[in-house]
Amino acid sequence: MKFDKTQNAADVVAELRDGMTIGIGGWGPRRKPMALVREILKSDLKDLTVVGYGGTDMGMLCAAGKVKKLIYGFVSLDFIPLEPFFRKAREAGSLEALELDEGQLHWGLRAAAMRLPFLPTRVGLATDQIAKIDPCLRTVTSPYADGEVLLAMPALKLDVALLHVHRADRLGNTRLYSPDPFFDEWFARAADRSFVSCEDLVDQMASDEADAKCNPFERNLVTGVVHTPGGAHPTSHVPSYGWDAAHLKRYCAAAETDDGWQQYAAEFLHGDEAAYQQAIGGVDAILKLPRQVF
Amino acid sequence: MTTNFTLAELLICACADVWAKEGEVLATGIGIIPRIAQGLAKLTHSPQLMITDGEAYLVETPVVIGAKNHEGRSYGGWMPYSRVFDNLWGGRRHALVGPVQVDRWGQANLSCIGNFEKPKRQMLGLRGFPGNSINHANSMFVPNHGPRVFVEGEVDLVCSVGYKPERWPTGIKQDFMRIHHIVTDLCVMDFGGPDHAVRVIRLHPGISFEQVQAATGFPLIAAPEMRETDHPTDEQLAVIRALDPKDVRSRQLKDDPPGVRS
Repeated sequence: MKFDKTQNAADVVAELRDGMTIGIGGWGPRRKPMALVREILKSDLKDLTVVGYGGTDMGMLCAAGKVKKLIYGFVSLDFIPLEPFFRKAREAGSLEALELDEGQLHWGLRAAAMRLPFLPTRVGLATDQIAKIDPCLRTVTSPYADGEVLLAMPALKLDVALLHVHRADRLGNTRLYSPDPFFDEWFARAADRSFVSCEDLVDQMASDEADAKCNPFERNLVTGVVHTPGGAHPTSHVPSYGWDAAHLKRYCAAAETDDGWQQYAAEFLHGDEAAYQQAIGGVDAILKLPRQVF
Repeated sequence: MTTNFTLAELLICACADVWAKEGEVLATGIGIIPRIAQGLAKLTHSPQLMITDGEAYLVETPVVIGAKNHEGRSYGGWMPYSRVFDNLWGGRRHALVGPVQVDRWGQANLSCIGNFEKPKRQMLGLRGFPGNSINHANSMFVPNHGPRVFVEGEVDLVCSVGYKPERWPTGIKQDFMRIHHIVTDLCVMDFGGPDHAVRVIRLHPGISFEQVQAATGFPLIAAPEMRETDHPTDEQLAVIRALDPKDVRSRQLKDDPPGVRS
């Protein structure tokens, strides 16, 4: 029997259900599985809880009315500090928001990964987080002699994680070559099922030792593999390509008008991924986007 | 001593001083002026500081502001975000951060203005403020000293912890927090007063204590050792120019004011 996890983006989205909790890897405008997000935008899915270090993924899902609750460390495009559609949704009071410290978010994913109800931390104590953001957060007292009171960061269990990597094989082995792998590993471990989109697809990895160390998480965490070259656009996929600053500026300008999202969607999201890539100038234009220098 | 320097350059030097006696910590300056300052600190009084390239690697030579490519860079180590958290939760870091509101207890807000459920204005969110502030020393950079930043009561949403006793009931460990300096466009302040009250320790050239007090929503103490902020030296100005050859610093403060104001 053949061992092959490849699927297309529509197959992945067909596995999702209303009300699911979906974690999305990457960081702000970096390495977001946008081809999979675009497929969700086209679907009838609703009432999602979306978890992550957000960028255009969270902004677009908010704009399209897909989100019931956001659990986020931030929602930012870095060079544009605040994601404008996220800001609109927050200021309209139209979604539930669990705002977390960036480190707390990874701690909650780790708790879920280890199938624990919570992990203790000092982060969040002596702030307004419990009183004003989430009254459901609880503290726990150390059972040892120190008796220290700590915040019990609840596990952030995910139904599904969506991640974008440089290379994958049909078995679900993956490679990440970016400077920072971010917390994709913990999204994969915290989720019942992980779907990975990739720039390059090979039948079976045959790496040397150095390349094998670029494997961010094990293949038994991966349910499906989707081949989507350029699939992180308009976010970056360093070292392959940078984020598309011109496109992101245009997307943000759309947030300034009442029907801006509808206009953006009509121009770029009317068809499949091939149509999207045609609308933004072709996959070669994506692959030529220069890497940002910091 | 030269008097031909801008306010931005004076603030870069005052910001660099926050790391002067902090040991071998990860120095993180958020924003252009704090980032030039961390490089200045490392290249002058504090070579032991760890700094990053702004992405994921540790550098021993600060990266020049506005570099167009990665040519000539060399790295001492790797610092992805996961290691930033691992390192900062262990305490060996001093960050220089830019909050939107600060209160008399040093509590700071970066999250939102108004009510959290439906904010009048959503800002950046908690980001790393809760974790940074309870785990290691922090300083703040406020380029627009005024009563809307330094508020009369508590900040709208406490993101980073401060010295308000009611926030620290028995069992919650306050030992690892410390707010070092607040550098503003008017002065430098610390928390050295009775019960950590805010004191002015340096006044920028041409600024009076009364001006600072009038721009602050809570009472300030003039520290006994309060004096004028040191002017940048020629050596410091040369390092600043080398770190910022395109003069990006001149666009950070409205109208790029001179260092000595009248």
